Order: sequence, then C-alpha cells, then structure tokens
Amino acid sequence: MSFLLIVEQTLNGIQFGVFLFLISAGLTLVFGIMNMVNLTHGSLYMMGAYYAFALTNLTGSFYLAILLMIPAALVTGIVLELVALRTLYSRDHLDQVLATFGLILFFNELVRLVWGPENKRFDIPQSLSGHVEIIPGIPYPEYRVAIIAVGLLVAVFLYFLIARTRIGMLVRAGASNRMMVGALGVNIRLLYTVIFGIGAALAGLAGGMAGPILSVGTGMGEGMLILAFVVIVIGGIGSIRGALVASVLVGIVETVGRSTVPILLQGFLSRDVANTAGPALASMLIYVVMAAVLFFRPQGLFPARTG
Amino acid sequence: MRATPRLVAIAICLIVLAIVPPVATAMGEPYYLRLFERIMIFAIAAISLDLILGYGGMVSFGHAAYLGIGGYAVAIFSYYGVGSGWVHFPVTIVGSALIALFIGAISLRTSGMYFIMITLAFTQMLYFLGVSLEEYGGDDGINTDRSGFAKLIDLYDPWTLYYFTFGWLLLCLLISWRLVNSRFGMVIRGAFSNETRMQAIGFPTYRYKLAAFAIAGAMCGVAGALLANITEFVTPEYMHWFRSGEIMVMVLLGGMGTLFGPLLGAAVFLLLEEVLKEVTQHWQIIFGPLFVILVLFARRGLWGLIPDREDRDG
Repeated sequence: MSFLLIVEQTLNGIQFGVFLFLISAGLTLVFGIMNMVNLTHGSLYMMGAYYAFALTNLTGSFYLAILLMIPAALVTGIVLELVALRTLYSRDHLDQVLATFGLILFFNELVRLVWGPENKRFDIPQSLSGHVEIIPGIPYPEYRVAIIAVGLLVAVFLYFLIARTRIGMLVRAGASNRMMVGALGVNIRLLYTVIFGIGAALAGLAGGMAGPILSVGTGMGEGMLILAFVVIVIGGIGSIRGALVASVLVGIVETVGRSTVPILLQGFLSRDVANTAGPALASMLIYVVMAAVLFFRPQGLFPARTG
Repeated sequence: MRATPRLVAIAICLIVLAIVPPVATAMGEPYYLRLFERIMIFAIAAISLDLILGYGGMVSFGHAAYLGIGGYAVAIFSYYGVGSGWVHFPVTIVGSALIALFIGAISLRTSGMYFIMITLAFTQMLYFLGVSLEEYGGDDGINTDRSGFAKLIDLYDPWTLYYFTFGWLLLCLLISWRLVNSRFGMVIRGAFSNETRMQAIGFPTYRYKLAAFAIAGAMCGVAGALLANITEFVTPEYMHWFRSGEIMVMVLLGGMGTLFGPLLGAAVFLLLEEVLKEVTQHWQIIFGPLFVILVLFARRGLWGLIPDREDRDG
C-alpha cells in the first residue's frame, strides 16, 4: 500500500472524526450536565440533513440553506426539550432510553410523512467542488477541507463558550452541583434548554453538511448516534476535550480500517471474500477499541472532573 | 391463595396462549399462530433480560446478541447438514452462556452508562461479525431448516411448533420464578439495592451477577433458536441494536422486576404494532409517542397498573 494512500485515508479519517465531533459535542454536554441519555440526538442530526435539503431546494443556495438550517435545528431542539425531554432529567437512564427510543420512531416516521420514504440527494456547491493540495502532491476535495475547518471552528467556539464566558461558568457549576447553582438564583432550567438547543444546532449542522456526501434518508441518524455514543464513552462522558480526541481516534480507526483491513485479509483469503468481509470487520474494530479503552480505563480517556 | 386481580390476569394470559391454535384454525386465520409464536419468543427474550435488568439492575443494551447466537447456531448447523434439535438447542444454550460469560466478565467491571455502552459495543461486534460471514449469507441472511427431533416432535406441523414454543415459554417462566425466589435470586436483588452492603456481609457479588448474566444469555439464546425455527431465516438483523432496544422496551412496558410483566409487555408491544399497522401506514408516529406517555404516567409498567391486594408497597 502506497504512502500517499495512507496519508489520504488519514485525512479522510480526520474529516470523519471532526464530523463526529460536531455530533458528539452536544451529546456529551447533555449527558454530562443534565445526566440525560438522549437517543433523539441522531434524529436531530437527521432533521438537520432534511432541513438543509429542503432549504437548498427552496433558496437555491447551499450556503444560505446551511445558515437558515442552524436556527431551524436550534428551534427543533428547544421545542423537543420543552415538550418532552425536560421532565425526564430527574428520571433514571432506563426511562430516558425508553422515551427517547420512542421519539426516534416518531421522527423517522415524521420525515417519511413529510418528505417521503425515498432517499434524497443534493449536490456539493459548485464553489467547493474542486480539489486543493494541502500537502503537496495530494489533491484533496475542498468540501472535505471545509468540513474539517468548520469542525475546528466549532471546537474553538465551544472551548471559549465553556471556559471563558459567563454561560460556560454556569454550565460548569451546574454540572458539579445543580441544586447549589439553582439555590444561588440561577435559572437552571433555562440554562439546560439553552445547552440542549446548542447541542441540537451542532447535530443539525453536522447533518446539513453530511447531506451532499452521504445519502439523506430515514435511519441515517441511528448509525451516527451509536458512533457518537462510542465517542463520548471513549472520551469520557461530559468532556468536550475527550469528545474531540475520541472523535478523531474513532474517525481514523474507522476510515483507515475500512481501507486496510480488506487488503490485509487478501493475504490469506480470496479477493472476493476479503472485499466483502473486510468492511464489516473494520466496523468491528471501533468496538474493539472501545471495549479495550473501557477495560483499562472504565471512566474513559478524559474523565470529566465532575461525576 | 386468594384470587387477586394479578392471579386472574396470569391465568387469562396463559389460557389465551394455550387456546390460540384451535381458535386460529377455527377462524381460518393461521397468521395468528405466527403472531403469537413471535409474542412468546420475544416474551422469553424479555423475561431473560428482566432477570438481569429488573432484578439485578444490569442495564444490558445488547441483549439481542443472544438472539443472533441462537439463530446462527440453528442456521449454521443446518447448513452443514446437522438438522437435529438435540444438537441445536444444547449448542445454543451452552454457546450463549459462554459468550455471555465472556461479555459479562468484562462488562461487569464497569457500571452505569459505561455498562450500557460496553454491552452495546459487544453486540455491535457480533452484528458486524454476522455481516462479514459471507459463507453464511452475510448481510442478506441465510435460509435454514427447522430443528428436527427424530419422530418425536415434528416442527413442520404448525400446532406442534406452536406448543413447542409455548413449552419453552412455560419452562422459562418456571426457571425465572424459581431463580428469583431462591437464595441466588435474593443475592442478585440484594446486590441491586445495595452492592456494598452485600459485599460487606460476605457475598462475592461479581460472581453472582456474572452467573445471572450468563443464565439470561442462555435463555435469550433459546429465544433466538426458536425465532430461527419459526421464520426459517436468520440475518444479522437479529442482533441489530434496535432489537436490543425493543426487548428493553418490552420489559419496561410490562414492568421490570416482575415475573409476568415481560410477557405482558411483549404481548402488548407486538399486538399494538399489529393493530396500528392496520390503522395507518405511518403507525410509528403514534407508536413512538406512546412510549413517552408510558414513561411519564405509568412508571411501574402495565403490570404495575393491575392492582394486587397482597402487595401494597411493592
């Protein structure tokens, strides 16, 4: 296998990782701060993709669609929180799993009702369809570079939000002792709603950007949801930094595994068998990594300081 | 023993299940046989999950793995010409128990959300392993024959297949009942309510929990082998995480930590699915929010709604 291919696959891995980070950031915040297992996070990602699809058709511009989609996803998240999820914060994980599992069915059926059962496609905008050479000699799609850039921007934004602003301070305080923060006169419910909305907007943004490269359809959220859970468990629940590191780790393992495992298998299996079994075995790889991480560090790589 | 509403409910449930074949045949609706077989199979899966989830507090989000193991045990042995049920079922039970022992040994080191996720991770591994087994159909699944029991039991006879499944359900209920009320079951329940205290009075709770995990795995494996027998088809979808979620929903719907709750949960879940499918093509838009309402308003599951005079504080 050539060196260039490895570099390209690693870049793809980082791109996929950054993309996973957008989804897992909100999930880990909601989980770490509200202590809430939110299976609907994948549905919010799916809604983002459908919003982007619908708005692109409506406005004719992908960029405009993405800009409009973010507030739409934000509002969807906030409505969901207000109507159904906020009463679940005080319940145990099992109740949360059951209720949000039901909501997944609801969202899947909702998009089927509104947009029909068939998968949707829309194209990468003209201005991002070219290639650039980030590393000399390796042309790399501009759109994927854009995804990496957006992901890193979001990481920086979240860092400042959590570490440098008043709202971030309240978030950290709320995570360590929500009763005390409430007693000091902070409107903790409003704070939770805001955090949930931000998480929903980020998941929606990921969905919108995924639209042109992955197919948009019902059930697209579930695979991502499971991967995002893997990410936050590896990274340590509630830790944004852990989510970023684990996202890139999972992204690289998934992408590089997908291209190298079939080639390795060809060493001792026939080509056909290796090509069909390879991708599935590569998918197993992430879970092996996760089980190994949890075996040695049961609290994940970066345990959040608060419980 | 006084006839409390719960005892009456149990009796009605079992009588209904027992008379399905003659009634369905009289009505000329053999489809109901298949439906109730599915209900009983998922009831077995839910009962086994409830052993560890409801009584032991071990929230396994990967219970569908054992459905797959049971299914593939039947399919793979049949593929190589070994069609005997005397092989299929023992292999399923021992195989599921051993794999559950392995998964449990690692998973039980963690707790809370990490336990939920690591059990899910192992099931995902098995799922993708199933997808990668091209020899046994891979993604598309594989057709299989029904288990044969010489001339003793002919599973190709619809009634026999039905009562065979029913027999397994009764056996699982019996095992579950005996287990929960035994000393072993007391330790498991004690470890759920206060593990530190159980350890302090000298119980090696890890080993007890692991044993319960393996028993539950073996029981769910049987459900998988039965499912393979009624559908004559096995796919990796048996092990999809959505399946694990559904089994969990059945347990919670019926009432966790109860003997008959999971049976009730499985029945209501699958019957509701059937009814809603009749009403509208977009049945899930009603089905999903029902879970939310259930969680918000019926916290002890359906079984908890049936009054029981003997058990006021339960």
